[in-house]
Amino acid sequence: MANFPSDLKYAKTHEWLKLDGDIATIGITDFAQGELSDIVYVEITAVGKTIKRDESIGTIEAVKAVSDLYSPVSGEVTEANEALKDSPASVNKDPYGAGWMAKIRISDPTELASLLDAAAYAELAAKSAHH
Amino acid sequence: MLKLTPFHDRHLAAGGRMVDFAGYDLPVQFHGIIPEHNRVRNTVGVFDVSHMGRIEVRGRDALAFINRVTTNDASKLAVYQAQYSVLCYPDGGIVDDLVVYRLPDCYFLVVNGANNEKDTAWLHEHLSGEVQMENITEVQAQLAIQGPKAEPAIQKVCSIPLTPVGFYWAAHCEVAGVKALVSRTGYTGEDGFEAYFPAASALRVWDAIFAAGKEFDIEPIGLGARDTLRMEMKMALYGNDIDKNTNPIEAGLSWVVALDKPEGFIGSDVLKRVEEEKPARRLVCTEMQDRSIARPHYPITVQGQLVGNVTSGTLSPSLNKGIALGYVKRQFAKAGTEVQIDIRGRTAAALIVKPPFYKHGSVRKGQSGKA
Repeated sequence: MANFPSDLKYAKTHEWLKLDGDIATIGITDFAQGELSDIVYVEITAVGKTIKRDESIGTIEAVKAVSDLYSPVSGEVTEANEALKDSPASVNKDPYGAGWMAKIRISDPTELASLLDAAAYAELAAKSAHH
Repeated sequence: MLKLTPFHDRHLAAGGRMVDFAGYDLPVQFHGIIPEHNRVRNTVGVFDVSHMGRIEVRGRDALAFINRVTTNDASKLAVYQAQYSVLCYPDGGIVDDLVVYRLPDCYFLVVNGANNEKDTAWLHEHLSGEVQMENITEVQAQLAIQGPKAEPAIQKVCSIPLTPVGFYWAAHCEVAGVKALVSRTGYTGEDGFEAYFPAASALRVWDAIFAAGKEFDIEPIGLGARDTLRMEMKMALYGNDIDKNTNPIEAGLSWVVALDKPEGFIGSDVLKRVEEEKPARRLVCTEMQDRSIARPHYPITVQGQLVGNVTSGTLSPSLNKGIALGYVKRQFAKAGTEVQIDIRGRTAAALIVKPPFYKHGSVRKGQSGKA
């Protein structure tokens, strides 16, 4: 079963977020990596840009299909995980650790209140799963 | 309501992620498209292809009928020989691609699952003479056992020696004591077999094949890897690379279009003209020159001019680079031509290459020549 650490916040679009001061680290959830499977390329196109919440900041290529990475918060994209260029499979193996995707300096902390906690996200993931 | 193949419980037990495919609940993957792909390239994997449409055609005029509706020349088939072929509309567009077997008591057609009903209706519409047709899809199971170790694996549970069965030849035998038709055919570029047997005995065959293949780390393979394996070989997929708006000449399937059949066939007039005038576009193989992956419908351009579109694209697990099939205008179809593919607004360089992408498949084509 997919794992959802309780110290993270989650978006309905299957990203996780961890806050450290005003810097949010984001990635995709264990559920999302399992659905995409075989991630082969992650490209964060918005480094240095100021973005709005739910805006696409990059793309995730799996063997099967491509999907957008959406930012769960507004702010400035300060960094992309360069290590994923050589080891995109980290997203599958360690989605909350080595598989992190981008860091964002958040501009509106009130947005965090609308993100889900682990229990609420687990419920959402269970509903979205294939049967 | 989704239909289930006889192997549905086995897929669930193996952790298959199930999706709707051609109206059946089928596994898109088990533990990952890349490892499953590599399993088939390296040893052996098993595909449940029971969703394929299976049609028996018999009667005095069966051959004449089949030769009228298919593009290849079925009169050249010896008993137990098979051929890849195409059903065309009168305008040369493709109804479906299929395999035609000549068996001792009938012709046996295997069509795409998603086209089974459409094809059956199309064939009924064009029946002539003394011909009986029976769709046996529901009562029969079909497995594809593919990979360089496919033969040693299934030989252990097969009642006849398989080495003499050549590429695109078949034999009746018993697999795990179950009467079956086994042919050396497939959709992966590897050596391998397809086995047809009664749905009622399906699990017995499945379990015996998996036990026999254990020493080769045999695994069930999902639709995801089926797609990457066929793409690396430039094998067309109906609905992506071929459909009613494409013809077999431009799709590179002239080798199964027998324009010299004396009676002609449905679509032959148009296809003759296409062949003579040369098609306006061709289905080509393109390799991405960076990490990009092209997907269906992405535009193909040369110096900013639209010259075609991608029809299939993926990361090639064997080559570890992006590969795509697509139609381009004929003058840009030559191997070595540099093109660009529009990847969601970004231009990526791609090179047209000779098929297939993957050149080390174990398929034993030489043995029988093409039917």
